[in-house]
Amino acid sequence: MMAREYETVIGLEVHVELATKSKIFCGCSTEFGGAPNTHTCPVCTGMPGSLPVLNKQVVEYAMAMGFSTHCQINQNCKFDRKNYFYPDNPQNYQISQFYLPICYDGWIEIETKEGRKKIRIHEMHMEEDSGKLLHNEWEDFSLVDYNRSGVPLMEIVSEPDMRSSEEVINYLDRLRMLAQYLGVSDCKLQEGSMRVDVNLSVREKKRKIFGTRTEMKNLNSFKAIARAIAGERERQIDLLERGRQVVQETRRWDDMKEYSYAMRFKEDTKDYRYFPDPDLPSVMISDEWMESIRASLPELQPEKQARYERDFRLPTYDAAIITASKHLADLFEQTVALGGNPKKVSNWLMVETLRLLKKHGEEPEQIRFSPEHLAKLITVAEQGSVNNRIAKEVFEKMYEEDVDPEVYVKEHELTSVHDASVLKEVVKQVLENNFKVVEEYRNGKAKVFCFLVGQVMKEMQGKANPTMVGELLRKMI
Amino acid sequence: MVNKITDEIIDYVGNLAKLKISDDEKEQTRKDMQTIMDYIDILNELDTRKVEPMFYIFPVHNVFREDVITNGDDKAHMLANAPKQKDGQYQVPKTVE
Repeated sequence: MMAREYETVIGLEVHVELATKSKIFCGCSTEFGGAPNTHTCPVCTGMPGSLPVLNKQVVEYAMAMGFSTHCQINQNCKFDRKNYFYPDNPQNYQISQFYLPICYDGWIEIETKEGRKKIRIHEMHMEEDSGKLLHNEWEDFSLVDYNRSGVPLMEIVSEPDMRSSEEVINYLDRLRMLAQYLGVSDCKLQEGSMRVDVNLSVREKKRKIFGTRTEMKNLNSFKAIARAIAGERERQIDLLERGRQVVQETRRWDDMKEYSYAMRFKEDTKDYRYFPDPDLPSVMISDEWMESIRASLPELQPEKQARYERDFRLPTYDAAIITASKHLADLFEQTVALGGNPKKVSNWLMVETLRLLKKHGEEPEQIRFSPEHLAKLITVAEQGSVNNRIAKEVFEKMYEEDVDPEVYVKEHELTSVHDASVLKEVVKQVLENNFKVVEEYRNGKAKVFCFLVGQVMKEMQGKANPTMVGELLRKMI
Repeated sequence: MVNKITDEIIDYVGNLAKLKISDDEKEQTRKDMQTIMDYIDILNELDTRKVEPMFYIFPVHNVFREDVITNGDDKAHMLANAPKQKDGQYQVPKTVE
C-alpha cells in the first residue's frame, strides 16, 4: 500500500555519434564494424608526442544541432581534458568540453497528454568516444579494440524537465529525428550511435526540492529505457517508504533481470581534474561562419510535413507519419519521383510498411526494398493485373527480400485472370454447385452474394479481379 | 592560507593520478602544492571584475583538418607498442563492472 504520491523527475544525457567520415582528431575512418584496431593511429591510441587536430565538420555538425534546438552558441569555445584511468581510454584522459561547451541554453518541444511542453537543454558539447572493451567470462583478461576511440560524439545534456517515460521517449524521438534530418547522426541505439544515460529522482508530489538522483547506464533500446525508468522509480520509492535514503550513484541497468546494480567505478566531477587541453587551439566561431551554417540547414520535419500536405495533397495525418522518419520520407519522395501516385505510395508506407516494421521489431532505416520496386508494385496493382490481396502478399515478399514485384508475379503466376471465357466457366460451375444459395439470393437474401464471389475467388486461387467476378455473377444469376 | 593542503589531500590526489608517493616525497609534494595554492590565494585578492576573461593562453585559434580519411590500416605497427596483445587486440587486466 502506498499512502504518498510520488513524482518522477528525469534529466537525460544523450551521446550521439556524429556521422563524419573520419575521427574527431585524426584521419582514421569512423566506419562501424571493421576488424579490431584497423582504424587506429598514434593519435587515437594516445601515443606520446602525437598531436590531435580538430575535424572542422564536427564543429559544423554541432552548430547545426545547436541551431535546430534553439541553443546559444559559445563563439569562443575550447576543449578540456577529463582525466581518468580506464583501458578503453588510452590517453588516460578524454578530450571533451567542460568550461565552454559549444552550445548551451536550448530547448526541444514535445507533445504530451497535457499539450506541448518544452524540455530545456542545458548544454551540448563535442568530445571523443572511447575504445571498446571485450570480456570473456572464462578468461582473466580483457581485450581492447580502439576503432571507436576518437569517433566524434556530441553529448546533449537536458535539464531535469521530464516527468515520465512517455516524455523521455518523446524527447528522444524528437532528438533522433532532428539528428537524422540534419544528417548529423544516424542515432541507432542498438549499434550504440545513440546512447542514453537516465538521471532520475523521485519526490513527493507538490514538493519543490528535488530528491537525490541516480544515473543509469547501459540502456540499449527505447523499451529498455522505459523499463529502467519504471524499475528505478519503484526502487527509490521503496527505499523512501522504508525510511531509507537514495544514494547518489551510477547504476547499470540489466534488462534481462529488469534491475539495476550500483557500479563500483565512482568519481566526482572534481575528481576528473578538468583542465584546458594545450594541444588543441581554441575555436573561434565568427558571425559569418554561424550564418553560413544557419543558411545551409536542410528542410526539417515541420516544413517537410507542410510541403507534403501542400504539394502532394497528403492528409495531415499521413504527412505527419511519413515525415516522422527521415528515411521513410526519402523513400516516399523517391517513389513518387518514379511516378507513384503520392496517396498510394503513402498508403503502402503507412499501412503495410509500418505494420511489417512493427511485426519484425525493425526501424525504417532497416527497410530493404527499393523505391523502384515499390513504384512497380503500385503500377502492377493499379493496372489490375493482381488484386489487392495478392499485392499485399507480394509486398511482404518485397519487404523481406526486395524481390522485383513484376518478376515475382510472373514467376509465381499470380496475375489475375482477365480472360472472360475462363472466368465464365468457373462462375457457371459455382452457380451450379451452389444452386440453393442462388435460390436464396433470388428470393432477396442479398448477403449471400459475397459468399458466391468468395467461392469463385477460391476456385481461381485468388487470381481474379473481384469486381469482374461480381459483374459476371450478377449477369449470370 | 585559505586552502590547507593536508597529507590526506596528497594521498587522495596521488591516488587519482595513480602515483605512488613515498613518505619523503609526500612532505615535499605537500609543501609544493601548498605554495601553489597560496599563490592562487594571492591572485584571488585581485579585483578582476573589469578584466575580460582570458579563455585561452595561446594566440592561436581555428586549427582544423577537413573531414577526410587519410590513415589506412596500421594495426601491426600500432600493436607493436602493446605490452601484450591477443587476436589483433590489446590485452589488459580484466576490467568488468
